[in-house]
Amino acid sequence: FMHTRSCGKYDPPPAKYGGRHTVTLIPGDGIGPELLNHVKEVFRFCCVPVDFEVVHVNSAVETEDDINNAITAIRRNGVALKGNIETKHTMAPSVKSRNNLLRTSLDLYANVMHCQSLPGVQTRHKNIDIMIIRENTEGEYSNLEHENVSGVVESLKIITRTNSLRIAEYAFQLAREKGRKRVTAVHKANIMKLGDGLFLQCCREVASDYPDLTFDSMIVDNTTMQLVSKPQQFDVMVMPNLYGNVVSNVCAGLVGGPGLVPGANYGRDYAVFETATRNTGKSIAGKNIANPTAMLLASCMMLDHLKLYDYASMIRNAILSTMNETRLHTADLGGQGTTSEVVQSIMRVIQTTAS
Amino acid sequence: TFDRRHNSTHTPPPARYGGRHTVTLIPGDGIGPELAKHVCELFRFCCVPVDFEVVDVDSSMASEDDIDDAIMAIRRNGVALKGNIETNHNLPPSYKSRNNLLRTTLDLYANVMHCQSLPGVRTRHRKIDIMIVRENTEGEYSSLEHENVPGVVECLKIITKTKSLRIADYAFQTARAKGRRLVTAVHKANIMKLGDGLFLECCKEVASGYPEISFESMIVDNTTMQLVSRPQQFDVMVMPNLYGNVVSNVCAGLVGGPGLVPGANYGENYAVFETGTRNTGKSIANSNTANPTAMLLASCLLLDHLKLHDYASMIRRAVLSTLTETKLHTADLGGQGSTSEVLQRVMNAVQSTGPRTLSM
Repeated sequence: FMHTRSCGKYDPPPAKYGGRHTVTLIPGDGIGPELLNHVKEVFRFCCVPVDFEVVHVNSAVETEDDINNAITAIRRNGVALKGNIETKHTMAPSVKSRNNLLRTSLDLYANVMHCQSLPGVQTRHKNIDIMIIRENTEGEYSNLEHENVSGVVESLKIITRTNSLRIAEYAFQLAREKGRKRVTAVHKANIMKLGDGLFLQCCREVASDYPDLTFDSMIVDNTTMQLVSKPQQFDVMVMPNLYGNVVSNVCAGLVGGPGLVPGANYGRDYAVFETATRNTGKSIAGKNIANPTAMLLASCMMLDHLKLYDYASMIRNAILSTMNETRLHTADLGGQGTTSEVVQSIMRVIQTTAS
Repeated sequence: TFDRRHNSTHTPPPARYGGRHTVTLIPGDGIGPELAKHVCELFRFCCVPVDFEVVDVDSSMASEDDIDDAIMAIRRNGVALKGNIETNHNLPPSYKSRNNLLRTTLDLYANVMHCQSLPGVRTRHRKIDIMIVRENTEGEYSSLEHENVPGVVECLKIITKTKSLRIADYAFQTARAKGRRLVTAVHKANIMKLGDGLFLECCKEVASGYPEISFESMIVDNTTMQLVSRPQQFDVMVMPNLYGNVVSNVCAGLVGGPGLVPGANYGENYAVFETGTRNTGKSIANSNTANPTAMLLASCLLLDHLKLHDYASMIRRAVLSTLTETKLHTADLGGQGSTSEVLQRVMNAVQSTGPRTLSM
């Protein structure tokens, strides 16, 4: 199993035949399956040249066969769209998080989340436009824990120079590409001097190659406090795994919640798209009340990645128009619309603008 | 030095002579010294029976003598009020955070921060009333890191059953004592299964001994998102060190910022009071613009701890009534008032309501 998963040297040709792309689809748990069905619906309606290869991952079994199949499928296709796979706390600690396994095996080292205030969504803060780049494979998510002495657990947080340089490089490249001005590194180097100290040092090194961009750093506790008082001060942020988790959730909350923001996981060879805050949404599953925006915007990011820009813009504009103009909102935004109503509205907008 | 610092079996009698308490005062860096001075001024004005034993800690020195002296003084007095001591990133990694050393040596295992929406302070959310109980001595702050292979650093996060049970017990005891209804444990046990899993288990164990209090758990990322959308749902929260750091800062930001919330660090034998978010405030030091509220409220917590409840209430009332005067708000609250103006107003308020003050 180790061999199939970590063999990343083979570069398959892009899975494109007869002009159609094949993309792996992992429904996941909770609201994942229904949202991905809606994605398929919208894609079929718009005649998007994408075929989905569906791979189910059963979160209730201990064997890793399912997730290995998913990983193999992604290696073949290069791109995937996924729902969140539940990690049951009741199972043995040796059962690793499937989502985490997927990210580390495919070396999807950069998690990118773009949080923007949407005009049709009423929030306490306005004009937020933050890009969060989070290291996605190491840090506190190394799954290395042991209990040498009973009642004393040591969890290892790993920070490496290689991965830190890599994520910093990704952040600055992206900032330059998107015409952003400032990159802020988030850390806790006053306490974790070696670990976060190394991360900070790597960011500084990379920053010196990008004199057109301003670089500063901020301790994570101050960062979260600044985010809730004046989020407009942030531009691009780069950080290790756990802080990335917290900061992305704070930002998602600030722009309107988990139903709105799409997320992307990029590696050198593969890209996997999902909702940014990776919620399973178990409590609202099957009730037709989930907000499809995040998943649909994630599918647009995927289309951009496949260079199907026209389809991406078409669907994205329809989503934003439904959100901002018709103000058809689901429960998480305080409205009463159902998931299917929102999807229907999006398809209607597409139809009227396309014809 | 090891013996001096870790010999905490000796419990000195409360430092109270002739009805007056002796309290250690550590000015710290940044805005610490000026705020500490204001506290002294106010206490003198109100004739509070507290004498401060000032211990300066020089954050630029590599030797640990200063912090050892401070710790010794706190062992003697039992109680302290402190400003934040700066941790200079440029010093080598062997140089540990002085604040951290103080907390772990004195085993101040519970950091308690009470975030409340205050009248007179306009914030985006209203009616927030959250008590955050944060484990203060282990977790990610263990200062145990090594670089066995160049370019690969391992940081150890330690979670122990003993300390997790202890902090959970503290949280539930506090909840019961203050009549609170719900305790939420914040964790990331889906990823750190053994570590945070152990923490969660300990909380559940302790919860079973407090049937009148509801117990819930929430993953830290969801928690921070809920905090920025609907903070009113939280009552008492208990968590390991790092999440406590993040969550307390988010909550402080929600109720109005670092200038407003006091913090307390409790151990079995000692108590140290400071501002909740532990900022040095270097950039605004000595400009007479710092908000003294957090430090003054921390001194009230200190007075309550010393059972000088009347003085505590008197000063607290005066501080909160001053907050309602918008034109005196300091810069962090969007106003233009100065620290000394705020202090003057507090003293006026005390004088008009209380009988025992020095003449102005």
